[in-house]
Amino acid sequence: MTPPAELERFDRVERLAHWTTAVLFGVLLLTGAALYAGPVSTLVGQRELVRMLHVSAGVALPVPLLVGLAGRWGRRLRRDLRELGRLDDDDRRWLRRSTRAGARLAKFNPGQKLNAAFLGSAMVVMLGTGIVLKWFSLFSLDTRTGATFVHDWVALGIWIAVAGHIALALRDSEALRGMRRGFVSARWARTMRPRWYEAETGEPAERLRAPEPAAPAGSS
Amino acid sequence: MEPEARQTAIGRRVFLGMAAFAATGVVFGTQIQGWLERNVGPVLARDPTGLLALLPIGRFRIYTVTSDLPSRSRAEYRLHVRGLVERETVLTFDELTALPRTRLRRDFQCVTGWRVPDVEWAGVRLSEVLDRAGVKPEAGAVRFVSFDGAYSESLTLAQARRHDVLVAYELQGSPLSSEHGGPARLYVAPMYGYKSCKWLDTIELTAQVEPGYWEHRGYDVDGWVGHSNHRSDDTTS
Repeated sequence: MTPPAELERFDRVERLAHWTTAVLFGVLLLTGAALYAGPVSTLVGQRELVRMLHVSAGVALPVPLLVGLAGRWGRRLRRDLRELGRLDDDDRRWLRRSTRAGARLAKFNPGQKLNAAFLGSAMVVMLGTGIVLKWFSLFSLDTRTGATFVHDWVALGIWIAVAGHIALALRDSEALRGMRRGFVSARWARTMRPRWYEAETGEPAERLRAPEPAAPAGSS
Repeated sequence: MEPEARQTAIGRRVFLGMAAFAATGVVFGTQIQGWLERNVGPVLARDPTGLLALLPIGRFRIYTVTSDLPSRSRAEYRLHVRGLVERETVLTFDELTALPRTRLRRDFQCVTGWRVPDVEWAGVRLSEVLDRAGVKPEAGAVRFVSFDGAYSESLTLAQARRHDVLVAYELQGSPLSSEHGGPARLYVAPMYGYKSCKWLDTIELTAQVEPGYWEHRGYDVDGWVGHSNHRSDDTTS
């Protein structure tokens, strides 16, 4: 049996959930910056429009993920999220610089797992504190001050995480193709995610080196 | 099935960590933000690159109680003084700026925790404006109303006559922008920001203090920085 040239990495539901969430994150980061930073907010003007966009995108943010997880169509997404939530021994090996070369990763690397955990948690925190800021009259002064404090600093963390996520994706065009089109080359999977490759194909990732053919006699 | 390798529930740990940070931040944010504003704010203000100024310390936040920023040009602007006065008065922007000019440099403290160090204001002492209209002896307080009538504030007459209470029309050396309450706003240096009514439209002399927008929602009428609203900030004036 010949191994396939390409492997399906993310199905349509996962990609749709990823990209709609990404667009919403983008809108939130940009409108948030416009509301927060004085010069930008003067430039943009239309403060009310920006605020409305920010609140709408914020309320919509968890929807793609929840819809993706909800039905029968979300089996792969649910499975991938379970895997994203756990670090195994190879991940720990990968995290230590001295043992990284020997780590045989499954579908995700530990950086992807941490990024997913951080951004997923941040979504919940930002939604909660955002509700306090939007419907401020329902909350005490101290709660509003605290919610502002948390919303501001977690926003800074999200900016850094998203910038890092995009920068790393742009450095690995094959991984990016996996999220854009759904497929990655078997070659990429074998070298970057050997345990995932094995689980998908049933083939060993590291090929045994075939013995060198002996040079025919008389050739020069 | 082979036994599962040793696994760490990283997702749960990160989530619990974030939840703990958020809960701590919401409960103790007032104290933490206050500490940051006092100790880190002055340092950030001296950063020559200005990049650190993007951090959420020592920055103005823009709050409005209506859905829109009220906007009025300087040419359209009118300041009305009425109520218990000898002469009802309407000042144009030019008439306002023709009055003696005063500068103040003070920290600006919001009751929601943020503090902007060394803010420079320019404007007219409120007492100058009051004297032009002539305050009747039975007046005991001053009420301030914003353009759209949505926001109001009050001071006792004694508070209003302090030398650090201005009708301000410049901020940090520039004309007061709409988002900061321009063309002209009240600036009450020793009190929390909510006392400094933005987009000042009407000054009304009344017999007694009438609680304003936020005071109906639980804020102290005498909003002295550091001595009201259960807060312990450093004073600003």
